[in-house]
Amino acid sequence: MIRQPDPKPDVLARRDAIVAGLRALLPAEDAVIAEPIRLKPYETDGLSAYRQVPLAVVLPDTTEQVAAILAFCYRNGVRVIPRGAGTSLSGGALPLEDAVVVGMMRMNQILDVDYADRCAVVQAGVTNIGITNAVAADGFFYAPDPSSQLACMIGGNVGMNSGGAHCLKYGVTANNLLGLKIVTIQGEIIDIGGAHLDAAGYDWLGLLTGAEGQLAIVTEVTVRLLRAPEGARAMLAAFKSNEIAGGCVDAIISSGIIPVALEFMDRPAIHACEAFAHAGYPLDAEAMLIIEVEGSPAEQDDLLAKISDICNRFDPISLKVSQSEEESLAIWKGRKGAFGAIGRISPDYLCMDGTIPTSQLPLVLRRIQEMSDSYGLKVANIFHAGDGNLHPLIMFDANDPASFHAAERFGADILTLCVEVGGCLTGEHGVGVEKRDLMTVQFTQQELDQQRRIKSAFDPDWLLNPSKVFPLQAETGTQAGLKHAA
Amino acid sequence: MQTNFTTEQLRDPDIAVCNHELRSCVHCGFCTATCPTFLLLGDELDSPRGRIYLIKDMLENGRPATAEVARHVDRCLSCLSCMTTCPSGVNYMHLVDHARTYIEQTYDRPPAERALRSLLGWLLPRPALFRTALTAARFARPLAGLIPGQSTLAKRLRAMLSLAPTSLPPSSPMQAPQTHQPQGERKARVLLLAGCAQQVLMPRINEATIRLLTRLGVEVVIARDSGCCGALNHHMGQHDRAMALVKANVAAWSREIEGAGVDAIIINASGCGTTVKDYGFMLRTAPDAERGRAETIAGLTQDITEFLARFGYAPTQPEPGLTVAYHAACSLQHGQKVTVEPKGLLRKAGFRVVEPREPHICCGSAGTYNMLQPELSGRLRERKLGNLKATKPDLIAAGNIGCITQLDRDVVPVVHTVELLDWMAGGPRPPGI
Repeated sequence: MIRQPDPKPDVLARRDAIVAGLRALLPAEDAVIAEPIRLKPYETDGLSAYRQVPLAVVLPDTTEQVAAILAFCYRNGVRVIPRGAGTSLSGGALPLEDAVVVGMMRMNQILDVDYADRCAVVQAGVTNIGITNAVAADGFFYAPDPSSQLACMIGGNVGMNSGGAHCLKYGVTANNLLGLKIVTIQGEIIDIGGAHLDAAGYDWLGLLTGAEGQLAIVTEVTVRLLRAPEGARAMLAAFKSNEIAGGCVDAIISSGIIPVALEFMDRPAIHACEAFAHAGYPLDAEAMLIIEVEGSPAEQDDLLAKISDICNRFDPISLKVSQSEEESLAIWKGRKGAFGAIGRISPDYLCMDGTIPTSQLPLVLRRIQEMSDSYGLKVANIFHAGDGNLHPLIMFDANDPASFHAAERFGADILTLCVEVGGCLTGEHGVGVEKRDLMTVQFTQQELDQQRRIKSAFDPDWLLNPSKVFPLQAETGTQAGLKHAA
Repeated sequence: MQTNFTTEQLRDPDIAVCNHELRSCVHCGFCTATCPTFLLLGDELDSPRGRIYLIKDMLENGRPATAEVARHVDRCLSCLSCMTTCPSGVNYMHLVDHARTYIEQTYDRPPAERALRSLLGWLLPRPALFRTALTAARFARPLAGLIPGQSTLAKRLRAMLSLAPTSLPPSSPMQAPQTHQPQGERKARVLLLAGCAQQVLMPRINEATIRLLTRLGVEVVIARDSGCCGALNHHMGQHDRAMALVKANVAAWSREIEGAGVDAIIINASGCGTTVKDYGFMLRTAPDAERGRAETIAGLTQDITEFLARFGYAPTQPEPGLTVAYHAACSLQHGQKVTVEPKGLLRKAGFRVVEPREPHICCGSAGTYNMLQPELSGRLRERKLGNLKATKPDLIAAGNIGCITQLDRDVVPVVHTVELLDWMAGGPRPPGI
């Protein structure tokens, strides 16, 4: 198991009093969970290899309740783990033994939709797809589309600065936010930004987006809505090797064409996803690209012709353009369900999230294959190729500890390679607990200390989602020691 | 996902099945998003992933079920929406079915609850008794408002009485065991599951099915000694009762299959269809011969709309000019993955077919759920009716008796899909239209 900070003995000793205090704040039935059997399902998130049963789980309905909970925890020195849908692949919602998990799932209301200014105000527990579903009939959508968009919640998207297949054209969460309502660990409710671009003062939105729940808890989000395009079409391009497909990606991007999405899947991924989605993926290919263009029919035709020309330079096995809405939906169903679909061929996987310059794709794909051979662990490559955001899925057997440890080392090697070729550790999943110890590969000690000081400015006692993002301080087993140094 | 069963535990065939499904689950959480109870309650414990975790922990520790686990598993509708959503192909149905049996065997429910569940499990599968009980309930119906208190039992009794129909149709002789001869040349021979509660509540569904099939040249056999499919007991964890019914059907139908032969087993209540299609699994540890028969039966079983789509259906009446909101029963769309056939047939029959928002979310009927979980069921009913009525339909069509009774008694008439298909092929106009 991953190393965690030592639980605070005084908090564990006051467990009953803390639970009673929380119950007084949240009297609704089932709003405070403290029985061991009922806490167990909250011990993990989308990274189920790491587990820790928390002290309690609270399920608030309002921002005011969140404020009351945080103020209570601050007064009592209790650590707090924010949780949305619990789909994090980096362990962002992994609890601590002495922590209270604040689950945002009940705050699932869309508060306002404003087509005149093209924005919507939603609570943090609204799912990503829930925003688009609410406005699609009127011809609008919310652009960032993580593969888990069906389930993941907008509060978590803000925390991890989530991306998605269509971010190649539209940008990630940070580029699609206008405002936030946040609650600080002291229990203060603060509004940032609003229904307009570019908020006044410091770029607080930029700072809070991707802060992984370490600076504040987001309770409401004002998102940008965009007009849906006139139409979109996806193309499947099949190739004889990962490297060839990687070369094709680089050629498309460097030609100046920006498809709305440019996705890569290798042979194991193609087979697993086809079994789930029946999308007509090319089962004879070593690698496949999903390339989507959008706009008017003439625009689509023009772009598809240019992209086909480029693909043809890479000796493709086949090029196939989707002929119907159903076919496009099936193509995306396969891609969006890809991680889960790996469950059909392997009991467990670790999903990496490194980002590299696209020119490095052929090299990095070849190196990943070599590592796979040397670790004796299979890997499936599924990723947002257009922006160089890799998601190698390392397959292992969690019932075999040796297999798990090898997978962890394999993952660390991949991410280190990403940094070496000029990329970074995480494209969209966040650092979480998973990549915490690799931060020293990316940043110098001074850089990390500077980031820690920002955390300390918001949360001097390091109560909010501690033990994530930064490596544990070797000497104390905790990170809070830094505030004195700061 | 990692599991922690001992080799000894894994020798139990039920645990082996559960282990296989748990290992397939990657804990991605997609299932939470399409789970009706998670949408209503916003608690991981009331989502498929949370229930899977509760079940895993209970089984791994070999611990008797507790009130907490029972409460969250009981809240599951078994709508199987999660199975449509799951990219990993986890068979949640087999997991939760085993958990329900395990809970029934290891958890001591409060006496009133135990009595109620036992009564429902005893009454519903027996048409004659059920008819008598409903007649009695009809007279007690006006008393529903007089039942005092906010206890779970009081709420359940009120829900049961309010579900009892105000008038009961006379029993139909067409549903008794017999062979209905086809009109003209015989083109196929099928078995029809006459069912249990449906034949009392709405005999017109079986009548429409038989009329339509025989008119198309299909010989329809209602086998002697066949009856309830076992789903009602099965979903209450009453394993032995369920298996007795399953085995009776397997024996009764196998006589026909191995005798004169049949082309299909037709089911017009999709809740039953989901279970009968799983007979092979339910009898997986039975002796070879019986298991083989069960697998044959599962393979022959088709929803009435599946059969008609393959066999051929054509209307003979002029277009009715009516808009039908198609309500997808969960057992049909999630349990059997039959999604296009009912809508296609209704369009072919001349109806304008519309679909509500959130077609994947359960209406709250779910077998005995509307009696055992009246609050959640009521909220789902309102949500579903709101979405259906927003399509401004002339009528609602569904393929499952449970949904029909759940959505009935509102302003829009609710009928079974096969009644509309029969009407447009020369049968009588369904009531209320």
